[in-house]
Amino acid sequence: MIRDITIGQYYPVDSLLHRLDPRVKLIGTILYIISLFAFSNYYGYIIAAAFLFTVIKISKVPLKFILKGLKAVIVLFIFTATFNLFLTPGKIIYELGFIKITIEGIITAVLMTIRLTFLILGSSLMTFTTTPNNLTDGLESLMKPLNKIKVPVHEISMMMSIALRFIPILMEETDKIMKAQMARGADFETGGLVKRAKSLIPLLVPLFVSAFRRANDLAMAMEARCYRGGEGRTKMKPLKYKGRDLAAFLVLVLYITVLVVINRV
Amino acid sequence: MGIIKAKNLLFEYIRRDEDGNVESINRAIDDVTLDVKKGDFVAVLGHNGSGKSTLAKHINALLVPTEGTLWFKDMNTTEEDNLWLIRQSAGMVFQNPDNQIVASVVEEDVAFGPENLGVPTKDIWTRVEESLNAVGMMEYRGHSPNKLSGGQKQRIAIAGIMAMKPECIVLDEPTAMLDPNGRKEVIRTVKELNKNEKVTVILITHYMEEVIYADKVYVMDDGKVVMEGSPREIFSNVEELKKYRLDVPQVTELAYELKKSGLAIPDGILTTHEFVDAIQKLRQQSW
Repeated sequence: MIRDITIGQYYPVDSLLHRLDPRVKLIGTILYIISLFAFSNYYGYIIAAAFLFTVIKISKVPLKFILKGLKAVIVLFIFTATFNLFLTPGKIIYELGFIKITIEGIITAVLMTIRLTFLILGSSLMTFTTTPNNLTDGLESLMKPLNKIKVPVHEISMMMSIALRFIPILMEETDKIMKAQMARGADFETGGLVKRAKSLIPLLVPLFVSAFRRANDLAMAMEARCYRGGEGRTKMKPLKYKGRDLAAFLVLVLYITVLVVINRV
Repeated sequence: MGIIKAKNLLFEYIRRDEDGNVESINRAIDDVTLDVKKGDFVAVLGHNGSGKSTLAKHINALLVPTEGTLWFKDMNTTEEDNLWLIRQSAGMVFQNPDNQIVASVVEEDVAFGPENLGVPTKDIWTRVEESLNAVGMMEYRGHSPNKLSGGQKQRIAIAGIMAMKPECIVLDEPTAMLDPNGRKEVIRTVKELNKNEKVTVILITHYMEEVIYADKVYVMDDGKVVMEGSPREIFSNVEELKKYRLDVPQVTELAYELKKSGLAIPDGILTTHEFVDAIQKLRQQSW
């Protein structure tokens, strides 16, 4: 069930987008998300869509694979669409008791869904084309200025990369414990919400115990390998901007400029 | 003086209740004195709870002795200033292969140690390549550790230590969670490193088959070193080993039983090959 979610996964193909510096992709994604909520006329949508689909084309990640990621957030879509549909004031076209549907409601619901779709597609494209390690490296490097206000940037990124490394291990372990408990007659599938939640206890307790033991082992192994925080540490793969990264920044600037100009029309 | 020297080492796990009163004291190491020569392959045997893992953690100062002293390369492990120097040249491989791999890509994990030491980027690459070659895992450099077998993961962990250019590797039951094939793989790698790279190896284990190639064997029981000598000397003494709840290799046991029932077979047979030779000699004599 957890394995069906494609959001946040890495899609290993070789493309220009894959080779870009993670910092460029992070900044680009953030700017793109901001841009989605900044424009106010219909041309904006066309440009945002054109930009998104061109980038998807360049990334060589199959569109079908990316769209699968939307399934996981469909509830969110329905939720926001419903709220927009019923709660936007305006010209009423249908009325049943206290439920009123307005033209403005329909328009905002549709537009909001499009914006959210673009947002999810854009940000999942970043994770599809960037390895988790690269992503944490990029975050660490971008957040470095925060070190001055005593944010433990290196430690945060270290925790993130360790978490990413242990997710598959802990998932496998969950599977194993689940099967072991089922073999002893545990029931995870039937019953009401309360009963189901309760049935998770024999799953979660051993899982937590094992996670703590792993954390302890790992801390010791890291210390044995001379880990003492970010100070004085070098990197095997330090991040360096290349020509293509500069080009990508220029494309981004161009995209933003076009949007700003269009917004004035 | 050897690379590792312990004098009257003593270590106690002290359990305290919430008010800090001592609840129980568990003496894990009790008056251990040993001396390991540089370049040796040393095995430490003992059943569960004999204190062998605790001893291992003393060598690279993960634990410091309650009493007594341990010197690594003439550096006292209790002195804070020596800590990182000691850990750099006394690498340690642990039991669980999953819990000691830090990064999600093989080569990045091997680079973890050198990165911590502040080695320049270019040298990290050569070190990573050298150590991956040394353990024969070069073709997996771009893989995720999750997709490797237990034996392969352990070899990656060993490569990660080798990349720090240590003089000594301490392996704390590196094969306990592996299948027989993985076990052979790891022991072969360790043996090669000892021979080719001249690394001192301390192998902590309870598998008898793994210690027959060691230069020296220590047997621990209840925190004390109860036997020491070459593998042949140790395994000649089947009765005493059984007292410490340790098994001997199958061939050794067979030879021992045959000798007990009257055949003239020499003591301390370690390999099938030696056993076959002894039997053949016996046949020729009786002809």
